[in-house]
Amino acid sequence: MTDMTASPQTPAAELMVRAEQVHKSFGPLEVLKGIDLEVRSGEVCCLLGPSGSGKSTFLRCINHLEKIDAGRIWVDGDLIGYRERGGKLYEMRDRDVAAQRRAIGMVFQRFNLFPHMTVLQNVMEAPVLLRQAKKTEAREHAAQLLDRVGLGDKLGAYPGQLSGGQQQRVAIARALAMRPKLMLFDEPTSALDPELVGEVLDTMKDLARDGMTMIVVTHEIGFAREVGDHLVFMDGGVVVEQGDPREVISAPKHERTKAFLAKVL
Amino acid sequence: MSADTSGRARPEPIKAVPVRHPGRWVGVAVIAVLVAMFVHMLVTNSAFQWSFMVDEMFRPPIIEGLRGTILLLITSMVIGIGLGIVIAIMRLSPNPVLRGVAWVYTWFFRAVPRLVLAILFGNLGILWSRLEFGLPFDRQIGALFGLHDFEARLFGFSAVDILTGFVAGMLALGLSEAAYMAEIVRAGIQSVDEGQTEAAQALGMSRAQILRRIVLPQAMRVIIPPTGNETIAMLKDTSLVAFVPVSMELFFQLKAVGSRTFQPFPMYVAATLWYLLLTSVLLVGQYYLERHYSKGFGRSGRARQRLRNLTAESGSTTSGTAQ
Ligand SMILES: Nc1ncnc2c1ncn2[C@@H]1O[C@H](COP(=O)(O)OP(=O)(O)OP(=O)(O)O)[C@@H](O)[C@H]1O
Ligand SMILES: [Mg+2]
Repeated sequence: MTDMTASPQTPAAELMVRAEQVHKSFGPLEVLKGIDLEVRSGEVCCLLGPSGSGKSTFLRCINHLEKIDAGRIWVDGDLIGYRERGGKLYEMRDRDVAAQRRAIGMVFQRFNLFPHMTVLQNVMEAPVLLRQAKKTEAREHAAQLLDRVGLGDKLGAYPGQLSGGQQQRVAIARALAMRPKLMLFDEPTSALDPELVGEVLDTMKDLARDGMTMIVVTHEIGFAREVGDHLVFMDGGVVVEQGDPREVISAPKHERTKAFLAKVL
Repeated sequence: MSADTSGRARPEPIKAVPVRHPGRWVGVAVIAVLVAMFVHMLVTNSAFQWSFMVDEMFRPPIIEGLRGTILLLITSMVIGIGLGIVIAIMRLSPNPVLRGVAWVYTWFFRAVPRLVLAILFGNLGILWSRLEFGLPFDRQIGALFGLHDFEARLFGFSAVDILTGFVAGMLALGLSEAAYMAEIVRAGIQSVDEGQTEAAQALGMSRAQILRRIVLPQAMRVIIPPTGNETIAMLKDTSLVAFVPVSMELFFQLKAVGSRTFQPFPMYVAATLWYLLLTSVLLVGQYYLERHYSKGFGRSGRARQRLRNLTAESGSTTSGTAQ
């Protein structure tokens, strides 16, 4: 009972994310029915599945935007949202949850940039507000990141003046500004016009090449095949099939995976 | 331009006969006649007593009253907006106690007319001769332990001193305004897309930080126009404090001159002109505020951005990075 050292369930060190039997319901609707997932450091994990299968919900559970009903999620060895002491779970205070989220970047389908701030302000807002860096350093870092996503000439623009692809790249830079260990992408390209998808995927490929650990919900099979280290296919709130992306895509074992891939390919 | 390259001649500019609007001309004529009649009355009707009115409307007591009205407007709106934001945040809080308190507050102050509140606050001195803060029921508790005259009062002051005219009027107007402002601010906060809060949460910001830096600045766009209306309404409601009673107030002073000189009508016209002037000043202020908070939204934001890009191109460093 009083033993507070690592329990046998504590995940191995090189695991960035470990989810165990994650359950989540909205009222009577059970959306996640026991998800198990492991993502190693530096790995790109692609999450595939039909609409309503619970992909977004699962992603939001990882940074505790949604509270899970059962199971456990660890990010970099830290239990998310709770503290476990003497075999008992304690809810974390808002402040501690916020601190955990700082290490996890998230990119949304609809960008969610702050429209009242310029591009540069969007990117440096959180690091300055949360005292991660001095203002001058934060500005320098933000300008660097924006340069890296190809928007070095748009620092003073407002989000409303940018194309969707540019906005999404700003959103990526904004998440990176907190120097996260893990990046979550929720269908980052599905709100974009087809000709703008490429520029965002290229940015993400760069990120993957630099060794960022990423979980990407996407319908871009090409991206999963090319960049993904691991592919997870979800349906109806469970993981139906997972493995090497190239194998799963070329030779799906499960009927539901086959049916889904036939539709999107 | 493509016409040049394709070699085809540019078509002739359109020279069409514009649509006529005879109705408009009739309307203008009718309005012109009405305006002329009105001006004629203003000039010829001796009841207006223009020179008398102009003489009186700038006299020291009136200017004092004007100062009182402006001060009352500013203080009550500051209380109204400040407290209104607090109550709106309480209404939206996950804490049920705060939500309940905020609901009761809005319910009470929206239910009671301002005139009644003004009179009520002016007479609060009847309840207490002194206002004191300390342990409630201190005498009763003292009696339980056999102590006579046990008092646990922290500090106090004479209620009549504090709740005289001006402060009572200011509180009546300000507290009532807070109830209306709370509803306006709440609507503003709720108009901001949920995704904004989520994005900020995902970055690790706290509830207070999100409210202050992300949600409220965006809510301002929705909050300011009705707040302008509230301010103008408040300007007019300041005349209610005559019932507290407060005498340092514009309308009270004008009316006083009217009854003293047995010429009330010119003073009512003077009041109309003063309120028109003050409201016009407020409208100008509102215009600039709205423009400030539309940054990043719509046309005016864009126009300013173009301007900024121009200055950036002409050599100066990006001013957009400041702030
Ligand atoms: N806040 C919520 N309240 C109630 N139901 C919800 C909520 N969020 C999601 N759901 C439901 O949970 C189910 C899974 O939603 P989720 O957004 O996770 O699916 P998804 O796999 O991301 O689908 P898509 O590909 O369309 O984005 C859906 O049936 C959805 O209606
Ligand atoms: Mg989704």
